[in-house]
Parts: sequence; structure tokens; C-alpha cells
Amino acid sequence: MSVLLVLEDSCGKIRRVSWEAAAAAQKLAGGAGVTAVVIGAQTEALAAEAAGRGFAAVVRIEHPLLAQYIADGYVAALQQLIQKESPTYFVFPHTYQVRDYAPALATRMGQALIGDVTSIGDGPTFTRQLMQGRLNGSFKPAGSGPCFVSVQAGAFRADLAASGASAPVSTFAPALDAAQIRTKPSEPFRGSAQTVDLGSAQLIVSVGRGIREAENLPLIENLAAVLGAEIAASRPICDNGWLPMERQVGSSGQSVAPKLYLAVGISGAIQHLVGMKASQCIVAINKDPDAPIFEVADYGIVGDLFEVVPALTEAVKAAK
Amino acid sequence: MKIIVAIKQVPERDAPVRIAAGNKSINEVDLNWAMNEPDAYALEEALQLKEKNGGEVIVLSAGPERVGSTIREALAKGADRAIHVIADDLGSRDALGVAKLLAEAIKPENPDLVLTGLQSEDLGLGQTGVIIAELLGLPHSTLILQVEKTEAGINVKRELEEGWFQHIELPLPAVLTIQSGGNKLRYATLMGIKRAKMKEVRAVAAADLGPAAAPVLTLEQISLPSKQKSTQILPGSAKEAAAALVEKLKFEARVL
Repeated sequence: MSVLLVLEDSCGKIRRVSWEAAAAAQKLAGGAGVTAVVIGAQTEALAAEAAGRGFAAVVRIEHPLLAQYIADGYVAALQQLIQKESPTYFVFPHTYQVRDYAPALATRMGQALIGDVTSIGDGPTFTRQLMQGRLNGSFKPAGSGPCFVSVQAGAFRADLAASGASAPVSTFAPALDAAQIRTKPSEPFRGSAQTVDLGSAQLIVSVGRGIREAENLPLIENLAAVLGAEIAASRPICDNGWLPMERQVGSSGQSVAPKLYLAVGISGAIQHLVGMKASQCIVAINKDPDAPIFEVADYGIVGDLFEVVPALTEAVKAAK
Repeated sequence: MKIIVAIKQVPERDAPVRIAAGNKSINEVDLNWAMNEPDAYALEEALQLKEKNGGEVIVLSAGPERVGSTIREALAKGADRAIHVIADDLGSRDALGVAKLLAEAIKPENPDLVLTGLQSEDLGLGQTGVIIAELLGLPHSTLILQVEKTEAGINVKRELEEGWFQHIELPLPAVLTIQSGGNKLRYATLMGIKRAKMKEVRAVAAADLGPAAAPVLTLEQISLPSKQKSTQILPGSAKEAAAALVEKLKFEARVL
């Protein structure tokens, strides 16, 4: 039994989601210990950061062709490490980058990634959400090869990842050829200048598909105005161009943690929940009593937002 | 450019979801079905590429007979023809098994580009496009918002996390998974719906695409999620519930 874990970095630091995945990997390994993997052209600092975090070992996959993330290079390098180590489990944080290469890596090994895992049970069985969070599915590997698992952000607590004495660090130099790298990425750039900082807002009224049409948005604006709240939205509202992208909360938008997050007509898909579930108080208004938003809400009103929101606006006014 | 768009039919967004006996699937009896929305964005991107650069858009979908309605919808929006992989056992295939079916159906067409949505709204695996690329030995990129044809291949705009983006050059043929929001979705016109009835839909039996491999993952059970918090549901009319909520937010949660 052996567990390998890929630690993802950003700007030279290991990302927080990696420590959450570490907690999951350590749970999976039991006492057996986890081998953490860092990848890049220069990985010394990353390895040093990882070495004090309770791993059995740290492996630096290092090659000049890994300076920038490219799926082809990552898949080829990790495939070689897997062939050398034959791990039982191979764990990733569920990030955009992992979504880009882990399914290809698993396919190359004749396996399928169990993606976006929210909990690990006895067996082990791996639970992930289905139907936009309305259901859970629990999965087990049936094959004999390594089992690939990516861990949902926010599902495991980073502070539960073990810490401990310095782990031995080794370097693994994969054999890579420039001809294997078929795609050419350019430098990442920021989207349009951010003019709204939802991250520092104390009160947020957030709107989802339930609003049906852009013409209905004044309903939300009125409520936000009487509360003195910022307006935010789930992805589809911004996709439709009804509100600017910078007001989007969720995995592809901003992460927020206000005192009050009032979710109106938002069903609560996991991509949205990861961006707001750290809020101090969550209120959900939704016509569907089974909407997953109610799983994280402190207070809920099951009803038609076109009746509830005007009533709430009046009630807030009256209470002032 | 010859473009294949892989499209999935999924339960309508507000459809009532009930777990079927045996706890391994959902009850399909009362379900209405729709085109997976991210796939609709993939179709839109394909249609716009064709309008700019010429070529052909082929819709590919796997599933039982009911999938035909979603295929017709795609044809009505402007796809030229379709391939329907007739399969009644998709529920018992894992992501690898379904992607194998689609890859086998794609192979003889030799497309320049394969597009699909970044994930499905029912299973949400978010892997099918990437697995297809690996099975076909093609380069890929995911979470793509824009595609532009270049001399050497294509240049795409990829969404990264936290408001960052990146341009990537890929040679053709290639596989892309499309993020929602890059384009505005079109509606089918009456003329389009009429024309769709005349367009070719080629049926291919799943069995003719090779034997189903033993799954590498098994679904143990489907269950209702357990609540993470104990939610206080405020009853009564809209007015009563709103008044009760303001009370709670002021004096219990103390956030107003």
C-alpha cells in the first residue's frame, strides 16, 4: 500500500488546496505515510516547504520542460514516476490544472479518475456529488492498477494534514523530449481590471438562475440597496451578460466570506458553494426545497422569490 | 474545418430527482431531458467557427432512443449532420467506457477539431473530452472560452482560476472542452427546425464500436446528501417568512 500526492503550486508557493488534499491522502494511507510530489523546472523551495508537513517522503520531479504547466509534459513525467513507484493511490487537489491533465494520465494507465471527491469512507469508498449536488455517489476502484483520486476544495481541512519532522527529499528526472510537448501556452493574464472587491464585503445579496430574466434584476438591486449590500451572482447570470463577470462567486469567480450571504434563486452547485460556504451566516431563498443550497444555509425560505424578495425588502425597511 | 461536437442529453435542470430502487441510478420515469448546457456552448463555438472558416459541424451523441430529440435540436441550430451511438447501458459504463465509445465513433471521421462541454450537468465528471483526446492521441486543452483559427492550427483562450486567463496554441487535429459564457447561445429558428428533419442522423450500434470493457470504477450507491448545517426553514406566507427572517438576522445571527 502506497499513496502518492501531487502538490500544486502557484507563484512559488504550495497552494492551500494541496494541503487539503494532503489531509485526504493521509487519511487514505492510514499509518503507511504519503509521498508528496512537486513538479517543475526548479523545485527546491517547493520541496523544502513540503518537507516539514508530515510526509514519509518528498519527490521533486524536475525537468527544464516542466517550467510551465503543459498537460503533455505533466502526463509524461507523472507516468514515468508511476511506473517506478507503482502506487496504490494517486491523489490530487481538484484544481483547473488537475482537471486538464489527470484524466489523461489515468487513461494512459488504463484507469479512470475519481474526480471531485468530498469524502472518503471505509473500504475505501470515495464519495462525489452527482446531479449538481442533489445526490451523492460513492465509488470504488474495480481495476488492479493505481486508483486516481482528486479532492474537492473545502472538503478536507488543511489544518488536519499532519506536520512533522523533515521528510527525506529525492529528485526524479523524467526523460522528456521537446517533441512530446504539443501545445504552447503563453503567459497567464488577468481579465478586465477588478473594480469590485466582493472579498471585503460584509453583506452580499447573490442572485442565480431563479431570477429568470435580466429585466427582473431591479428586485435584487432594491433588496441590496436597503441592506447596504453588494450584489453578486452565480455563474449563469454572468455567462448571460446580465451582471459583469467580476460579480461572480464560485470556483471560477471570487471567494467570499461576508457576515451575511443571501442567496436568491441559487440552487447551490458545488462550484458556487466552494466560493461562499465560509460565510458567517447564509440565507437561501429558493422555490425548490431540495436545492443543495439549503444544505449549507443557516436560514431558508422555501418560496417564490418574486413574492419573497419584495416582502423582505419591505421588512428590512420597516426594521430600520 | 471539420468539427465534431460531442453532446450529452441530461435531465432538465429543475427535474425532480429520485433515487431508483437498488440505489444505483435515478428514476427516469417522469424526467424531461435537455441538452447539457456546456455542450450547447461547445456547439455554439463550432457553429461560429464554421461560419468564419467554412467546413462542417457533426453532432455526436451516445444514449438510448430519447437522445434523438437533443440531436435534432443541435441540427436545428445549424449542425450539418449527426452520429447517434445507440447505447442503453451508459449508466453501467464508467467515464473511460463512455469516452471509448465516443472515440471509436470519432476515429473514422478524421475531424480537425473535437469539441465538447467542460462537464455534464448530471454526473459532472468533467473528464470525457480529455479522455477522448488521450484515446485518440490528440493534444487537448480545457475550459476554453474562445477559439481562433491560425496558420499553424488554433489559438485558444483558456480560463484559469481566480480571474486569470491564458492563450494557448495547439496544432490540429485537437480536442477542446468548452467553458460556458464564451459566446451567446443561439436559438433554433423555425426554418432551422424544418431543415433539421431532412438532415442525416447516422445510427451506430454501441456493439459495433467494440466490446464493452470491464469498468475500472464501480458505483456502490447513490444517496441523498447529509446536511452540513441545521437549516431553520421559516414558514408562512412570503410576508410572514420575510418578517421572521429579519428578526432572526437581527437578534439571533446578529448580522444586521
